[in-house]
Amino acid sequence: MQLDKSQLLRFTTAGSVDDGKSTLIGRLLFDSKSIFEDQLEAVESTSKRKGHDGVDLALFTDGLKDEREQGITIDVAYRYFTTPKRKFIIADTPGHVQYTRNMVTGASTANAAIILVDARHGVIEQTRRHAFIASLLQIPHIIVCVNKMDLVDFSEEVFNNIVSQFEEFSSKLLVKDIRFRPISALLGDNVVNRSENMPWYEGSTLLHTLETMHISSDINKVDARLPVQTVLRPQSEAYRDYRGYAGRMASGVFRPGDEITVLPSGFTSKIKTIDTYDGAVEEAYAPMSVSVTLEDDIDISRGDMIVRSNNKPESSQDVEVMLCWLNNSPAKPRAKYTVRHTSNEQKAMIKEIVYKIDISTLDRSPDGEGLEMNDICKVKLRTTKPLLFDSYRESRATGSLILIDEDTNETVAAGMIV
Amino acid sequence: MTKYYLNYLDELESEAIYVLREVWAQFQNPVILFSGGKDSIVVTHLARKAFYPAKIPFALMHVDTGHNFPETIAFRDKLIDELGVRLIVGSVQESIDKGRVAEEKGKNATRNSLQITTLLDAIEENKIDCAIGGGRRDEEKARAKERFFSHRDDFGQWDPKNQRPELWNLFNGKYFEGEHFRAFPISNWTEMDVWNYINRENIQIPSLYFAHEREVVWRNNSWIPNSEFLKLGEHEEVIVKKIRFRTLGDITITGGIESEADTVEKIAEEVSAMRQTERGNRSDDKRSETSMEDRKRQGYF
Repeated sequence: MQLDKSQLLRFTTAGSVDDGKSTLIGRLLFDSKSIFEDQLEAVESTSKRKGHDGVDLALFTDGLKDEREQGITIDVAYRYFTTPKRKFIIADTPGHVQYTRNMVTGASTANAAIILVDARHGVIEQTRRHAFIASLLQIPHIIVCVNKMDLVDFSEEVFNNIVSQFEEFSSKLLVKDIRFRPISALLGDNVVNRSENMPWYEGSTLLHTLETMHISSDINKVDARLPVQTVLRPQSEAYRDYRGYAGRMASGVFRPGDEITVLPSGFTSKIKTIDTYDGAVEEAYAPMSVSVTLEDDIDISRGDMIVRSNNKPESSQDVEVMLCWLNNSPAKPRAKYTVRHTSNEQKAMIKEIVYKIDISTLDRSPDGEGLEMNDICKVKLRTTKPLLFDSYRESRATGSLILIDEDTNETVAAGMIV
Repeated sequence: MTKYYLNYLDELESEAIYVLREVWAQFQNPVILFSGGKDSIVVTHLARKAFYPAKIPFALMHVDTGHNFPETIAFRDKLIDELGVRLIVGSVQESIDKGRVAEEKGKNATRNSLQITTLLDAIEENKIDCAIGGGRRDEEKARAKERFFSHRDDFGQWDPKNQRPELWNLFNGKYFEGEHFRAFPISNWTEMDVWNYINRENIQIPSLYFAHEREVVWRNNSWIPNSEFLKLGEHEEVIVKKIRFRTLGDITITGGIESEADTVEKIAEEVSAMRQTERGNRSDDKRSETSMEDRKRQGYF
């Protein structure tokens, strides 16, 4: 593999319970030769014991004892495969009861979402939900895989109908890149290898789509933001006066000499050096982990953000957030939570639920009282100190937050700043 | 014009550095679990990068089963010296002597599961609130479910059904007294990524990974190295073979493979053509279909 060129693509899969998600992932791994012989043997013997015809590809992904026994997927798992063109990380999310919560988790870091549609059933309510969540989470690319084409005689007409059904409702969504692929995960048509059963289809296979998709523009390269994780102060002779502000670029580009402002203090300076273990670099851009030194001595600590002086994020104690509730226990009205946003942590209160989204119809209902697991709402959040943020649409890294319950320490909600 | 994107190894490196810095920022007393194997060596190398030019701010903790390859211990001590960091050793032998655990009996006895008690005791005694490990999600199906920041209850147990959702790069390391976390900075790396990275970064690894002549016994479908701990079965004999080890665990359970690979390049090439998973030669994983999950639930790393 050409180490210096290959990119990493993260994608998530969404579909109803029997749409064949696990089979599709198994097929991708199997046909891209990412399954080892001992794994194959283990799955073959389990398939035989269960009385399946042939190898049950879904068994490659269901790892936990309870999952194998019940034949369901409990929690998000991550799978890997590599082709000569790219390395792939799959967030394998369960299509089960907890769909919203799990899909949000898998989608939060994804470049692409694969939405599975059963060719026999077409676009159903669940499809609309998945597309909506993908759009809400601003996944840059969506691939709609019309699966089980073998069960509709590989019909071009069936495929075209589903494409137009999907396009009709997706015009309201905020996704720019949607593609459609007719596949059979079970038989392998158009997944890794081209289908001989669908000569009418001239587009590329699913794998080829994933391999060639342009993802370099998925990260914001305009708004330079460095949330400070920690300050490096070596206790050594050689670096006695060294103060490095360590963090991972959230978006944009920094170069030595750039005029910067440190927020929230508002002090200004210039970038002196951008350091890494392998030497100083001329540019830092997302998602690089670097350490920055400044021309002036300024008091900076974790939670601060270094930005370009002529391009600052918004700053406010009152933010409007699309919130997905992840926890079993409902949101307590006006209760206080810990909010974590970039490297910054503080207290926040849910002041008001503006509206709740009915995930079946995608309608907004104003009568939002409590917030329960899997609910998606627009809320008004008041924080103890101003948050430094961009809207989620501008930047996923500086527009996202989580809420933590102080009584249980659990992560209870995922938020996208409007 | 610069293309503003990272190649996959740089992205994995950057992600791991980010995770290590989050651990440092969110916990009071984190350590790196160091076994002397390639994964913990890579994590230590990444920690060096994450805090440069400062020293690694973590101690290294070794759970010493007493059944080590001598090369592993020599390598460990040299690295500690070079980095100038503190070493904490949790000793399985001590746990046995204190009566905390009992040695397994029989021909296939190992000290592998005894590590759990020693590890949890060492975590408690040293008031460690986060143990950083080299675990990778591609290693094993139970590990595929692991989070970067993985919560353990006050018995040190992992509950796969009650994990904190991990959204974006926002990690929640909050815990109550007595609980702790495990952190896995190289979660998203595969075995191949680790080898490509060792190759690119020119990272020193123990000689055991390179092919050379060794005394071995054929057992459980792999070459088990001869050692003072090995009891020969009736039809078993010690012979000399050119082998290397793909993973390193206890000397009693780590199977070698026949190989001619004596450089990192050759190993990377060999690994890319392998048709067996790397843990295929670890007899601890062959005990049952869910042995890793069962051990992890009890507190194994």
